[in-house]
Amino acid sequence: MTNPVQFAKDAISLMKGMGVTLGNLFKPVVTCQYPRQTLTMTGRFRGHTKLAADPEAPEKNKCFVCGLCEKSCPSGSIKEVVGEKREGEKKKTATGYLLDFTTCSQCGLCVEVCPVGALEFSRDYNPAGLRREDFHYDLVKEFEKRRGPG
Amino acid sequence: MDWTGLIEIVGRELFGVIAGLIGVLAFVVLNALFLTWLERKIAGHMQRRIGPKEVGPFGLIQPLADTLKLLGKELLTPHDVSRPLYFLAPTLIFIPVLVSFVVIPFDRQLLVKDINVGILVILAFSSLSVLSILLAGWGSNNKYALIGAIRSVAQNIAYEIPLLLSLLPIIMMANSFSLKTIVAAQEGLWYVALQPVAFLLFFIAAVAETNRTPFDLPEAESELVAGFHTEYTGMRFALFFLAEYTNIVIVCAIATSFFLGGYQGPLLPGWLWFLGKTYFLVFVIIWFRWTFPRVRFDQLLNFAWKIMIPVAFINIIVTGGLLKL
Repeated sequence: MTNPVQFAKDAISLMKGMGVTLGNLFKPVVTCQYPRQTLTMTGRFRGHTKLAADPEAPEKNKCFVCGLCEKSCPSGSIKEVVGEKREGEKKKTATGYLLDFTTCSQCGLCVEVCPVGALEFSRDYNPAGLRREDFHYDLVKEFEKRRGPG
Repeated sequence: MDWTGLIEIVGRELFGVIAGLIGVLAFVVLNALFLTWLERKIAGHMQRRIGPKEVGPFGLIQPLADTLKLLGKELLTPHDVSRPLYFLAPTLIFIPVLVSFVVIPFDRQLLVKDINVGILVILAFSSLSVLSILLAGWGSNNKYALIGAIRSVAQNIAYEIPLLLSLLPIIMMANSFSLKTIVAAQEGLWYVALQPVAFLLFFIAAVAETNRTPFDLPEAESELVAGFHTEYTGMRFALFFLAEYTNIVIVCAIATSFFLGGYQGPLLPGWLWFLGKTYFLVFVIIWFRWTFPRVRFDQLLNFAWKIMIPVAFINIIVTGGLLKL
């Protein structure tokens, strides 16, 4: 049933395999011990979208409620982009921007279509919730929370 | 007849047996705890991971946590099991394991009882474990369990023969079945140097007997869920697990006694040498597991019947001839 030459070759290949595993036993580990350590995030990481602060006036965002993001969203995840015309302002200011993150696939069309660059990807990589509604984000509220009181 | 003298002798014997049993049980449990940890740690590092590390220093308390979990688990009994067989199997698998420790010499003086047919006792009792595997598989009323049990029986019967035949040349050379005598006969030169083929045969057969990879067909998790212990939960499963790890140590202890000079070695105390050699062999078995893929069933049986058994016979004949010269 067995060719002795082939048998010897097979035996040597088994030894080689054991050499590989033994070698790896003494090599350093490659895994990241997650809760203790975290990897550095790549620059183009896509979390859920968020409203970017206006570089000239960091307390405000640049959204003027044109609604292009809402129209361009392929999943219909962006709803109720509403705003108001405030006294002394040239453009509208957003008062509500509902992102349904459960259906969002982070395609980024809304970020690209925005004429003033008011949207950007957040770096929030581990959102967790117990209900579906936990992932219905109001980006305006989120922006105000992030900006802090005042 | 002097009664007090008799009582004293019986008492001493009884004390010896009980002390031995407690010692063996403690060793069995500690060993299983240590080996589960070692296995996961080695598996981790061979795959460039860390393995258990959260519970205790280097994850050493992890097996204890696992044991507590298993103890706390509900014992589920499936509906249509054959109840006597199903309940008997986990208990039955554990008894031969305990008996085998009686005759293994851990040190020059450290053994429970020196029986002049020691190795036969071990081999006879270890062949009982296949019975409990069959009981478990048959009693579970589960096709995976049954397939696992059938495979296990075919495999254990096939590999028991080369296991025995590979030990015969050593028995012929040492002129004894007693492990103590065999170890003592290796004062100058270990038998592995005189009988490398027998050692290789024994080790391969031992890996197959303990159902370890690459011969782990009875519990092939990728095809048979868990093989014969599919339907067992909690401590019943833990008993199978305990028996499996203890069997590994037993075969390694036999290999150490027969081929690697048992407790013999310079400087360090004998039991340390014995445990060191034994756990080195255990490490090799774990190393096998994380290196080799599982063999196919026909390959498994062909290897036993067509290669190992003829080679073992040739080895016996050659040894016998050389001894006669």
